[in-house]
Amino acid sequence: MKSLIQKLVETPGPSGFEYAIRDVIHEAIGEHADEIRVDALGSLIARKGTKTEQGLRVMISAHIDEIGLMVTHVDEHGFVRFTNIGGISPLTCYGGRVVFMDGTRGVIGLDGIERDKMPSLTDMFIDVGATSKADCPVKVGDVCGFERPFLDLGKRMVAKSLDDRVAAAVAVEALKRLGSTPHEVHFVFSTQEEVGLRGATTAAYGVDPDVGFAVDVTRSGDTPRSNPKMATALGAGPAIKVRDSSFIADPRLVDWMVQSAQAAGIPYQMEVLEAGGTDGRAIQLTRGGVPAGCVSIACRYIHSPSEMVDSDDVENAVRLLVKLLSEPIRLT
Amino acid sequence: MTKKIELSAGQVPEIGASQIELLEKLCNATGVSGDEHEVRQIVLEEIKLVADDVKVDALGNVLATRFGRGEQRVRVMLAAHMDEIGFMIVKKHEDALFEFVRVGGIDERQLPGKPVLVGREGLPGVIGAKPIHMTTAKERQNKIEQSALRIDLGPEIGEKVKPGDRATFATRFAITGPSIRAKALDDRLGVATLIELLKHVPAGIDLLAAFTVQEEVGLRGARVAAYAFDPDMAVAVDATPAYDLPHWDEDDENDRYNTRLDAGPAIYVMDRATIPDQRLVTWLQETAQDAGIPCQLRQPGGGGTDAGAIHKVRGGIPSVSVSVPIRYAHTAVNLARLDDWANTLRLLHTALGRITPDLLAVERRGR
Repeated sequence: MKSLIQKLVETPGPSGFEYAIRDVIHEAIGEHADEIRVDALGSLIARKGTKTEQGLRVMISAHIDEIGLMVTHVDEHGFVRFTNIGGISPLTCYGGRVVFMDGTRGVIGLDGIERDKMPSLTDMFIDVGATSKADCPVKVGDVCGFERPFLDLGKRMVAKSLDDRVAAAVAVEALKRLGSTPHEVHFVFSTQEEVGLRGATTAAYGVDPDVGFAVDVTRSGDTPRSNPKMATALGAGPAIKVRDSSFIADPRLVDWMVQSAQAAGIPYQMEVLEAGGTDGRAIQLTRGGVPAGCVSIACRYIHSPSEMVDSDDVENAVRLLVKLLSEPIRLT
Repeated sequence: MTKKIELSAGQVPEIGASQIELLEKLCNATGVSGDEHEVRQIVLEEIKLVADDVKVDALGNVLATRFGRGEQRVRVMLAAHMDEIGFMIVKKHEDALFEFVRVGGIDERQLPGKPVLVGREGLPGVIGAKPIHMTTAKERQNKIEQSALRIDLGPEIGEKVKPGDRATFATRFAITGPSIRAKALDDRLGVATLIELLKHVPAGIDLLAAFTVQEEVGLRGARVAAYAFDPDMAVAVDATPAYDLPHWDEDDENDRYNTRLDAGPAIYVMDRATIPDQRLVTWLQETAQDAGIPCQLRQPGGGGTDAGAIHKVRGGIPSVSVSVPIRYAHTAVNLARLDDWANTLRLLHTALGRITPDLLAVERRGR
């Protein structure tokens, strides 16, 4: 599974430009799905199983987009100005390396660093090694993602865009391992989550599920000065979301998820996320409303080029997801 | 991706005296978000003889359909918003001075000293300002808060005004050389463009024209219009700021202009509300190139158009936006070029004529 995660995090796919990463997902799923389609916003939707008497139509959503940058202007000396795609802090930009969708590479520069002042993105520029506008290989509207190799630290792994590629890997692996299921499960690899849950919004409408789960990363509260109210920690198991700032998980589902994890002896932790949203909201609010929950993976340094997760959490998230999808879903 | 057909197919609409006259009528009409009645009446009158079907929906959108001929017609939604930014009266004070709020995004620094028209009757008022004679040097350095401003209607006329009445800038339309100077070019330029396209629609598509309401307060009309039309694809036609002015510091290149006047229609690559479908961006760019129509890419960044609501409707609708560049957007006077408008109309007409089902047959890809 680590090799899949590495492939996923090293493939660029900023929001709205998920075609390369979608191809990787498609290939990884291979023949394991009963049906695969791509919707109007570019989300890949893989169905497995058919609905039995005890089953439901279930949507699982993991987003395949990542934060990135888009070119706004190339100046006369060939320096490239840019804007953000999704939530990018200037703190993580200076000196960073980026790769454009066509493979062009560059570094992020900044003049006049002031000690006590946070620069803004408009102060920065991408230097692709051009000497003038004429020989600059990128143009307005071109898109790039951060470039940072996958780092295997044994128990922990580090990479850019583990948000949410690690969850995409979890969903792919769960789809593969899922044996008999009473449900018709639609694994949605959604687009444009980082700019407002857009892909999951239209995918949820299209799937029209009876119940849905997002799979995403969440903050971890176990770093030196982290928010003391954030109870999650790396290595403590997949997190069962109670709420985040975008939606409140269906309490019936939360209880059922906890009991299923306990019954299967899978470690888990509870998650209350005060700042952050997930595809769960898009699922919950589609059409006439859908019971929705979320399985999270605790992650450090989210939206930096070096996000960190725990390998056991990843494996246990797969186990939990397979367990949840293998049995009837209790909604009482 | 797009089938290369003869570019001259169909009658290409031009901007002439009657089109300018219509734009004048549209710009001088009042249509502050939530009460687009006056603009809607002009639209309904203009399209009644050309549209196959016309509805006014629950929110006040005009939904006009013109069916094409032939099989496998792509259902193309075009959206232009009828509403404009403006004001609403909230309270009457003594001496016919009215407290008001802004509707839509208006910089309060733009307000003092501007003449306005209030209510459906267009009653003349002015947003008063303290004369320079009475101000101190210190006062002149400060922004005047909108809450300190009043619309002055004077006695007699003031009797006819009540809270809830809307008001708009009193600017009248004018053609000045190659330019158009008016209020509400955002988005009456789009409305006028859609009317022309309805009159000259290429035969190969079903044209679903939505003249939308309440765009300026959150893309509200477009959302329900798109739900009702349920189109195969959509194009929002709007106006966008051009801040193509010389930089105040001559050593510094202006790198945040958004768009430029005289550079043709602005095709969107990203704004706050939409990351357009790249298939449609390419379709427009290729059309412009093949037909020799000037066009520009709008700098990605903030702002939003009806596409932001449309693309998320139902199972998702491939969408893109095209705007006419205008200077001084969301102020009392907008400035646009007739040529930019004419090229926007040409680009859209030509592009619509090239649509085949092949355009959407491939999955959403990048450039």
